[in-house]
Amino acid sequence: MSDTPGQNGSPLIQVRDLKTYFPIRKGILSRTVAHVKAVDGVSFEVAEGKTLGLVGESGCGKTTVGRTILRLIPATSGEVIYRGQDFFHYRGEELRKLRRHMQIIFQDPVSSLNPRMTVGNIIGEPIEVHGIAKGSEKVDRVASLLQRVGLDPGYASRYPHEFSGGQRQRIGIARAISLSPEFIVCDEPVSALDVSIQSQILNLLNDLQDELKIAYLFIAHNLAVVEHFSDDVAVMYLGRIVEKASGHELYRNPKHPYTESLLSAVPEPDPRPKKRRIVLGGEVPSPANPPTGCAFHPRCPLARIAAENASAKDTVEITSGGQTFRVLRKCVEEAPPLEQKQGEAGHLAACWVTK
Amino acid sequence: MPEPLLQISELNVAFDTARGEVRPVRDVSLSIYPGQTVAVVGESGCGKSVTAMSILRLIPSPPSKVLSGSIRFQGRDLLSLSEKEMQSVRGKEIAMIFQEPMTSLNPVYSIGDQIAEAVVLHQNVGSREAMRIAEQSLRDVGIADPHRRMREYPHEMSGGMRQRIMIAMALSCKPKLLIADEPTTALDVTIQAQILELLRKIQRQTGMAIMLITHDLGVVAENADVVNVMYASRIVESATVEDLFDRPKHPYTQGLFRSIPKLGTTAKRLDTITGTVPNPAKFPAGCKFHPRCDKMNGDPICATVEPLLREIAPGHWASCHHVENFANSPVTLPQLQHKREDMVPLATEVKA
Repeated sequence: MSDTPGQNGSPLIQVRDLKTYFPIRKGILSRTVAHVKAVDGVSFEVAEGKTLGLVGESGCGKTTVGRTILRLIPATSGEVIYRGQDFFHYRGEELRKLRRHMQIIFQDPVSSLNPRMTVGNIIGEPIEVHGIAKGSEKVDRVASLLQRVGLDPGYASRYPHEFSGGQRQRIGIARAISLSPEFIVCDEPVSALDVSIQSQILNLLNDLQDELKIAYLFIAHNLAVVEHFSDDVAVMYLGRIVEKASGHELYRNPKHPYTESLLSAVPEPDPRPKKRRIVLGGEVPSPANPPTGCAFHPRCPLARIAAENASAKDTVEITSGGQTFRVLRKCVEEAPPLEQKQGEAGHLAACWVTK
Repeated sequence: MPEPLLQISELNVAFDTARGEVRPVRDVSLSIYPGQTVAVVGESGCGKSVTAMSILRLIPSPPSKVLSGSIRFQGRDLLSLSEKEMQSVRGKEIAMIFQEPMTSLNPVYSIGDQIAEAVVLHQNVGSREAMRIAEQSLRDVGIADPHRRMREYPHEMSGGMRQRIMIAMALSCKPKLLIADEPTTALDVTIQAQILELLRKIQRQTGMAIMLITHDLGVVAENADVVNVMYASRIVESATVEDLFDRPKHPYTQGLFRSIPKLGTTAKRLDTITGTVPNPAKFPAGCKFHPRCDKMNGDPICATVEPLLREIAPGHWASCHHVENFANSPVTLPQLQHKREDMVPLATEVKA
């Protein structure tokens, strides 16, 4: 099953209407009283050897998306199609075989490596479990993997605490590529690293992709890093994708007001910044109780500007942070679909106001 | 020339550890003038936080000890004050905010009580007046409905809200200097923009000086007047923010600039600085950056003689043997009164 050939031109991974809800339990019977809709209807595709960047602020659900795809968290509904097969339907041995093609690199290189295992065992364990090699052949493989990620092969007998953060992340990468996967979820792989080390790790991931044709789902909150690294970028807000486009297009021509404010909030390494900053008021609402309609409407500058030019029956007053605003009725009542906007083909955004 | 508000001169701090003495701060000199924002930028372990904590003498001794140097604040050497005199400086004259607002707030006291405690301690007021001042300082940092928030506890608030409360607490006694140690590192970019905007606004209103400790060059570029770059416990470059970003001189600073991805650029590969930050327990000989340096070209002086900070151009200090005219430049203490022009209001704030 794991060797199902991919049809040419079809995406490696297709995610369709993925939902992950976490129950909120209360009372002595732990009855489920509500759900946190961490991921609420997310769809995207990742092509072979390409990178899809997933950005958003903390709590937007980006990490949950990555983990749900790999079935580290059970999905509530939706599909993940891997090479034309529904990944969520596999069980037991077949699932295990398929899993070697999908790996993950975690943000925190300290807690994601077992402190009691040597580096050689950490990297060698998946090789042995999947029956790829054992004994001296395994040792050779581990040595070449260490070399591939820029570490001394002699480090195999050492323990994780003997390494710096950047080196530990290299160990995590070596483990992830040890089974020659086709798809890796990179969950904030450089956020915990120093500036001068971040670029080393990003270059390494880039080289591995060119060499091994790995597809990445690159999850991060740093827009500059994501834009630099990804072919396409999806922006998440409160469990949904609000905009998706090529990295270049998204930066040059953002369509969703949330993307625009996110881009404008990134401090530029230039003492004379030219761009206008849109400082959003308030904070991301709780996903346990998201706003109705478009989840962004209580903070949205466009919904208010549009209301000024609309007739009274198309607008409605909302109270947010102790202040009252008039916004478009549609933004409050109906969730906008993710649809093609003016610009590059494939530039999607979910907004009632922008064209 | 007016006196600097704070002047650190050739400060050296050592820690006694099980593996021998380490030196997290070596020959650090910097000055901060009233109303200025002075950044100290560097990677983890470079000594920037220890420098900041040394000003308020917040590092327990032992294991730390100040080997030499002075920290003059408004004419007094903070290092020679008694612990009691120091308490009247901490919080009142110099306040500090930290990276992690959760661990810096006491979880079992209400927000109002915590701010009022600092006010009662430093200002000669009763508890009712202290509560009023506390509420006003919450209002000043843009917290909606401060009267209700006063009775709430830290766990009821988000990270951005907690950082606002830390700032409110720090500002409640109207300090002349605020030390902000990675104040926005734990926050999302949109919240970071709110907090930095708030600090700029308060600085414009009160003329308070800010010492900004950060690793983020974007935050430095938008907020600092003067920048000090630290590497391996030393300041390796010091200049005005415009000068540093237009003409970085030290190979480490240059490398940092090249290695950060910038929005809107298309280069697929990033330039890197090879190797890693050295461990303070085993610094290399000579220039501490030489094993990673691309300017060294096998020059033996880099591996043997550690360069001191020299004024390589008027108002621009760097410590590198390979900077033009380095050998002929004078060794002086960095002092820059520079204040950047008030920026056009960057923000179009959208209230929510």
